[in-house]
Amino acid sequence: MTVPMDVPESSQHADPEAVAAGDRGAGGRSLRQIAWRRFRKDKVGMAGGVIVILLILIALCAPLLTAWLGHPPNQFNQGLVDPLTGGVLRDPDDVSQGLDPWGGISAQHLLGVEPVNGRDLFSRIVYGARTSLLVATVATLLCVVIGTVLGILAGYFGGWVDTVISRTMDIFLAFPLLLFAIALVGVIPDGAFGLEGNYLRIGVLVFIIGFFNWPYIGRIVRGQTLTLKEREFVEAARSLGAGNTHIVFREILPNLITPILVYSTLLIPTNILFEAALSFLGVGINPPMATWGGMLENALRFYTTSPHFVIVPGLAIFITVLAFNLFGDGLRDAFDPRSSD
Amino acid sequence: MSESAPADTVVRVDDLRVTFPTMDGDVHAVKGLSFEVPAGGALGIVGESGSGKSVTSMALMGLHRGTRAEITGGIEVVGNDVVAASDKRLRQMRGNDIAMVFQDPMQSLHPQYTIGDQLIEALRVHRSQVSRSGARERAIESLERVGIPEPAKRINSYPHEFSGGMRQRVLIAMGLMCDPKVLLADEPTTALDVTVQAQILDLLDELRRDLNMGLILVSHDLAVVAGSVDEVVVMRHGRAVERGDVRDVLSRPEHPYTRALLDAVPRVEVSRAQRRAQDRADRAERADKEGGGEAPRPATEGIEESTGGASAFQAFVPAEEGGGKGEPLLRVNDLAQSFKVRGGMWGRSSDFWAVKDVGFELYQGETLGIVGESGSGKSTLSRMIMRLLEPTAGTVEFQGRDITHLPERHLRPLRKQIQMVFQNPYSSLNPRLTIGESIGTALKVQGERDGKKIRTRVQSLLERVGLEPHHYNRFPHAFSGGQRQRVAIARALILKPKLIICDEPVSALDVSTQDQVLRLLSELQDDFGLTYIFVAHDLAVVRQVSDRVAVMRKGEVVEMGDSDSIYEAPRSDYTKQLLTAAPVLDPDEARRLRAERVRQRAAG
Repeated sequence: MTVPMDVPESSQHADPEAVAAGDRGAGGRSLRQIAWRRFRKDKVGMAGGVIVILLILIALCAPLLTAWLGHPPNQFNQGLVDPLTGGVLRDPDDVSQGLDPWGGISAQHLLGVEPVNGRDLFSRIVYGARTSLLVATVATLLCVVIGTVLGILAGYFGGWVDTVISRTMDIFLAFPLLLFAIALVGVIPDGAFGLEGNYLRIGVLVFIIGFFNWPYIGRIVRGQTLTLKEREFVEAARSLGAGNTHIVFREILPNLITPILVYSTLLIPTNILFEAALSFLGVGINPPMATWGGMLENALRFYTTSPHFVIVPGLAIFITVLAFNLFGDGLRDAFDPRSSD
Repeated sequence: MSESAPADTVVRVDDLRVTFPTMDGDVHAVKGLSFEVPAGGALGIVGESGSGKSVTSMALMGLHRGTRAEITGGIEVVGNDVVAASDKRLRQMRGNDIAMVFQDPMQSLHPQYTIGDQLIEALRVHRSQVSRSGARERAIESLERVGIPEPAKRINSYPHEFSGGMRQRVLIAMGLMCDPKVLLADEPTTALDVTVQAQILDLLDELRRDLNMGLILVSHDLAVVAGSVDEVVVMRHGRAVERGDVRDVLSRPEHPYTRALLDAVPRVEVSRAQRRAQDRADRAERADKEGGGEAPRPATEGIEESTGGASAFQAFVPAEEGGGKGEPLLRVNDLAQSFKVRGGMWGRSSDFWAVKDVGFELYQGETLGIVGESGSGKSTLSRMIMRLLEPTAGTVEFQGRDITHLPERHLRPLRKQIQMVFQNPYSSLNPRLTIGESIGTALKVQGERDGKKIRTRVQSLLERVGLEPHHYNRFPHAFSGGQRQRVAIARALILKPKLIICDEPVSALDVSTQDQVLRLLSELQDDFGLTYIFVAHDLAVVRQVSDRVAVMRKGEVVEMGDSDSIYEAPRSDYTKQLLTAAPVLDPDEARRLRAERVRQRAAG
């Protein structure tokens, strides 16, 4: 919006004083600082952001946390479960008291334990967060890199470059991704590319998710580039003698960072869900490595006796996805020029 | 309904205050505004952007209902208390008692319905007893009233089949459907060309006289309201700084702001020499006073005085300073640009010639004004000279060198010599770069690597264009439109060009800011001996800055010559038409021109 011109008595003249007087307190704040100020006032977005940061911290500190609580994620505590049904006992020392519908939640086991093996659920959730976030963020990063590069190329150069890239995006979006993933993960060898077992499977998951979801970012970047390149500042740069490299990296890219940031925050939860779905279907990460999707799949066999086993990983996924979405929405609102004054 | 006495008040606004709560605190858009409009009277509300004039017109229509705006004070429109009325009452009032004409005729008509449907709807929403055929007849009548040719046929057309001016007429016809007592026109001509603007203003004037309607004309341009209203309110920062009879306000303004505003309005009768003399005098005066406080310049000292004193200052005649004409800086021969139009109106692909056969020569230190309405090809022409577009035919020679088809690589060193100031300072600066970076880009692109050197150069240039060196690290959004245009000018200057093409450099600016930027351009021309190509649609602005003027229409130059002779003795009919259409500040002169236009139209 136009800053109303401040007209002191003398400003019929083009004098610097008049200009300085019209120059208001907004000062040297960058758009990012303004967005941050706005974001801080958005309670829901802030809550999402705080949870996201907490989740990342938890995932990073997983070994420390579990060591501190004394329950490694793969430690069996079969003393806590009924050897016959596999359900969690109300009192491990007295089988006659029957099963605990709360899954043995106690000061020892903050979220209770698993049926059958009695592994500590809190530790499994914490380690599951590692897997989920690792796969989702690395895959998202891959999406962003491919999407940004191809999106800019398509938008900036147009013509046949645009046609080829845009059609490729359509093809990728039409791909039956889930079926392809199931088929591909099913035939993964035990080792390849210097990776083994679950590390190889993580790599493949990242590749599949990243390689097939980039068109979402790509389309946004292409659209933004199309409008940006028509803006007068690009023409101005051209008339100063700037070449394509300068225009793409110095003029256009800085304007793309915000939308890319916002959409990646919104893409991460989608990718978390996708990874969980694959693990749930048994084609993701192999046990005993903890994943939220894998835990859910396991839990389905016990939902009558140990409902908490379904609820805990379900809630973990729900909270994480919700937090990322709220955070992303908050970011978008904070950066959106339309909501500015 | 019985004939109401002319003294009846149809709109009464009393101490209106509108406040918008925002995340960054309350914005007081209107702070205590009062005015009245009698039946058949016309009121102009004038103010620059951010003055609260549009907020006021929205409030009159009760359009702030359901938003977070807080409204206090009294608004009475034809007996309706707009602030307190029920939603139902408000809906009855809109269209029936007061009708609104918006700024952008491209966006205020529904593209999917014929204009007939929209006009009939406008009537039947209020008068459900009227039959469809009755409403249709009324719509045709109304279209005829606003001067749509063949209304019975055109009533079945869709909005996209009309030009901008015709669409605005349709909107006015829609407003007339229910015989409102008041017509509220918010910047009704801002999106239109000057000749169309004159037609629409003439129409509004005629309608309010014939139908005895109250007219409220909201505009940023004093000259637009001058000939069409009886009373004027000058707004600034949400307050009325001056209110009174339009003749009094325009000839004897009391408030210094009104005076400053009036002084800033470019006048078509002021010549280039007068303007330059005045600018130089002001500059010398300012230099004298440097250090001391600057007193406001009395409004009377101005054009009249400078007319006499023009000879005291040597008018800048660069061609002579350069010692004879010699080699022109720029020579343009038969330049043309065509664009492919896919699936044109008749379903075939065709070439559209945006510019055809334009030729001229431009000498060092001269200013060539290019004036024309939208679509005249003036921007395309400047982009071809700038080599942002490659001409389809013809040649551009700069300093004797043919640059028409030079590849970008060879063009780069030449780019230092020709620079451009763009129309819209909001989109010509990259929002993600600080203004220092934006200006410094040019030096970097041209191979300068020393960051410190770039910074010093940029900072001294910032000072030269009237900004502060410490503004270097600020982002464009922290600046007003005029300040941004100063940044854009600094960016154009940093490579020390010989030729600067100014493409509508002031048309996006408020009138007082516009004046400052024009002065700056003129000072820079004096100091650096710059050559300008000045492209604009505003005739008055072009006259004041140009030694020579080219009038363009539909891609062709219809008339070209030295600016005083074009303005005082135009040869082509088109130029004459443009000149009579240009809004003028003097209400009596405006009425005389209106009569002249009516005569021209009747004759043509």
